[in-house]
Amino acid sequence: MTLWWAIAALCAGCYALKLAGLAAPRRVLDHPALRRFAELVPVALLAALIAVQVFTEAGELRFDPARTAGLGAAAVALLLRAPFLVVLATAAVVTALARMLLG
Amino acid sequence: MDRTTHRSAAVRDGLGVGMAVGLSGLAFGAAAIIAGLTVPQACVLSLLTFTGASQFALTGAVGAGGDLVTATAGALLLGGRNTLYGLRLADLLKVRGPRRLLAAHGVIDETTAVALAQPDERAARTGFTATFASLYITWNLCTLAGAFGTSFLGDPGVLGLDAVGPAAFLAILWPRLAASKELRLLAVAAAAIALCATPFLPPGVPVLLSALPALGAALVGMAR
Repeated sequence: MTLWWAIAALCAGCYALKLAGLAAPRRVLDHPALRRFAELVPVALLAALIAVQVFTEAGELRFDPARTAGLGAAAVALLLRAPFLVVLATAAVVTALARMLLG
Repeated sequence: MDRTTHRSAAVRDGLGVGMAVGLSGLAFGAAAIIAGLTVPQACVLSLLTFTGASQFALTGAVGAGGDLVTATAGALLLGGRNTLYGLRLADLLKVRGPRRLLAAHGVIDETTAVALAQPDERAARTGFTATFASLYITWNLCTLAGAFGTSFLGDPGVLGLDAVGPAAFLAILWPRLAASKELRLLAVAAAAIALCATPFLPPGVPVLLSALPALGAALVGMAR
């Protein structure tokens, strides 16, 4: 599978998922367990993605102090109720500075 | 407030959210290029997928050298929440035929949040449309700008751009973590599972595996 096929599959799949909610008969999708799964699964996947992208590299656990500092700074920005874009900028700037200082 | 005021307030909400969130398309464009996607690939994702978390998930997994099937599966699982939004919006938007096909593309976190926050149905429809239009335009233009700009950079690590993806995920996750202890536990469990599995499984699979505690919690909830 080339990257373009993965992109095509994701585009088609994401659209189908959106349309399903608007168009499908209510009974089919309005199952409590399904609803709960769909509420919980983004939390699990996003947490896992954060962990993997910050603390692993090339299939191995790896502690990168600069990236970790960036994530910590993002958390502080969120605690201070900073807007989305400020959170992202804070993470990038702190990571870049930490990398520069730590060499 | 009369109806017209409700509707102009909905337009204001929609434009505000759309423009602000759309700017983070810059971050997506940058993340996509860092992950090894081309500028056209980044732009097609924003135009046709148009759901940020799934887009970041795909590029993140690709950048980590993940298998494309597991990368796509993870991104699709994240897109599943839009189905729930569609269920909630169906009664509010009441769209049929070609307009439904168009409206479906706009069923995402931000449009749902703005639509559901409005005091009546007409304002909800207005809010949905205003958010969808402004976010779609801003998100796609910013993706192009972010991708194009980043493609000229030598080493994106110098700018700390590798921390932007995780920071975006954390920001999306934050309101849910703040609202519920159960969700905080789930997040910690999912992160731990993914990290423990990383040395033993191909890239991308540990992230999919982290959906298991969510599945477990949903089934336990049903059994009760």
